[in-house]
Amino acid sequence: MLKNPENSPRFVVTQLNAWFSAHHVLRSVDMLIRDREVTAIIGPSGCGKSTFIRCLNRMHELVPGAKVAGSIQLDGEDIYQSDVDPVLLRRHVGMVFQKPNPFPTMTIRENVLSGLRLTGRLDRSTANSVVESALRRAALWDEVKDTLDKPGGSLSGGQQQRLCIARTLAVDPSVILMDEPCSALDPVATARIEDLLHTLKASYSIVIVTHSMQQASRVSDRTGFFLSGELIEFGDTDRIFTAPTDRRTEDYITGKFG
Amino acid sequence: MKRHVRKWSRRKETLFIGLCIVSLAVPLCLLFAMLIDVALDGISRIDWQFLTSYPSRRASSAGILPGLVGSAFLIVLTAVISLPMGVGAAIYLEEYGERGRLANLIEVNIANLAGVPSVIYGLLGLEIFVRFAGLDRSLLAGALTLSLLVLPVVIMATREALRVVPKTLREAALALGATRWQMVWRVVLPMAVPGIMTGAILSISRALGETAPLVVIGALTYVSFLPQDPMSAFTALPIQIFNWVSRPQAAFLENAAAAILVLLVVLLLANVVAIVIRNRYQKRIG
Ligand SMILES: Nc1ncnc2c1ncn2[C@@H]1O[C@H](COP(=O)(O)OP(=O)(O)OP(=O)(O)O)[C@@H](O)[C@H]1O
Ligand SMILES: [Mg+2]
Repeated sequence: MLKNPENSPRFVVTQLNAWFSAHHVLRSVDMLIRDREVTAIIGPSGCGKSTFIRCLNRMHELVPGAKVAGSIQLDGEDIYQSDVDPVLLRRHVGMVFQKPNPFPTMTIRENVLSGLRLTGRLDRSTANSVVESALRRAALWDEVKDTLDKPGGSLSGGQQQRLCIARTLAVDPSVILMDEPCSALDPVATARIEDLLHTLKASYSIVIVTHSMQQASRVSDRTGFFLSGELIEFGDTDRIFTAPTDRRTEDYITGKFG
Repeated sequence: MKRHVRKWSRRKETLFIGLCIVSLAVPLCLLFAMLIDVALDGISRIDWQFLTSYPSRRASSAGILPGLVGSAFLIVLTAVISLPMGVGAAIYLEEYGERGRLANLIEVNIANLAGVPSVIYGLLGLEIFVRFAGLDRSLLAGALTLSLLVLPVVIMATREALRVVPKTLREAALALGATRWQMVWRVVLPMAVPGIMTGAILSISRALGETAPLVVIGALTYVSFLPQDPMSAFTALPIQIFNWVSRPQAAFLENAAAAILVLLVVLLLANVVAIVIRNRYQKRIG
């Protein structure tokens, strides 16, 4: 797979530090996340992967006592500047969570529209086309088009996760963050999500946290390896998996620890 | 040896289960005995005339209409006052308030307030609403007093219901670009409705049976008119029962028993409504 070096940078992370109260969980992280690419974040449990991507949409600061220092630019604008509203930022930077979490009180259709409805931006005349296009992009349309008024919780785990992806796409973000989106799914459902990533990356910038080396090498263009809150190595996925420069990356990839 | 031990522990288990059954059966039997006693005394008195008549000096022509209507007004007013206040307070404490020493203090205090005897609330209502606010012995004063009584329970039930809404759903809403208010209003509250409604209806229907606070604030015992507005003087079913029970004539005791039956039926209906609401929402949440 040939990489296109011209892909423009979206996120420019410089000297990012993050804390939970006194617990220093991210240390001086620098990273460049490009448009129309999948960036994989790997590393052992507790190394700060989730914390890192939650800094990208400012979800980290929702935890009482959480702090952030350093800078993250999105399309040239520092998202931690005081005049940036995190609520508006999150409409540009969508997030899919580890466990599928459709809203249980809502139908499939309502779940897809939930982002727009929650934020009071739902235009009734376009609702149907939004539902269809979001579900199509999430590769779920054919499976649910006749049961749109059933509760979101009635779907299988893999379908629920694609419903959550559709819900995220309906808000029309330009970046999608995914925190271990397949860890609760079986291999078939996982393969479907991975296929989906391949098509989505044509129009979005995607950051995915994963525990699976195979998944990272299958879906991503660049890979970052975290260890104890530090970004040990970052680069083209092919190179990271074939010729890592850091000893610790090699040990992790070859399964010597973690 | 081993077999012996096993036999002994099985015997202990049987004994314990037996004790549990007895401690369940005793209150159930007492409750049934009481219900049957009341029903035997009162059932023959219940008819349309009894439900639609005003109190009278003659037991046979006396009815509970003012009490029934007064209680209905009271319960609606109490719900209208205490629900928005209680739910609002709970939302603030649970979703917006800072966690800390002050929050703990408030939490303990609310729990304690729920345990304060209802007479005390009556005295408070008498001082604040009847005298200070000049509401006199009105329905409004009664409903405000009962609202004080149920508020702690409504707040606690609502907080409990809010607390069990999973964090993952809150994060899902925020990640979609919802404000905290939008998240609470559109995601958390709908999921908490069954819990809130069950708690609220149970506590308000308990207030329906309260006599002491209404006696203290001076609800009337002999009323020959229906309340017209929230400022009317009023009576309520428990007051009417209290009044009849304290008469020496046996005929009035029968009336009291009949009124108790009516009150029980109303309470039962309120509880059924609570259960139906809860089940309906739970089905939706699935
Ligand atoms: N809400 C929190 N409050 C306090 N400390 C936290 C919190 N969440 C995570 N931590 C700590 O921050 C560190 C990084 O956690 P993080 O969730 O980012 O790890 P992770 O790499 O995503 O791990 P995993 O692979 O298990 O998901 C861990 O040491 C963890 O104990
Ligand atoms: Mg994680």
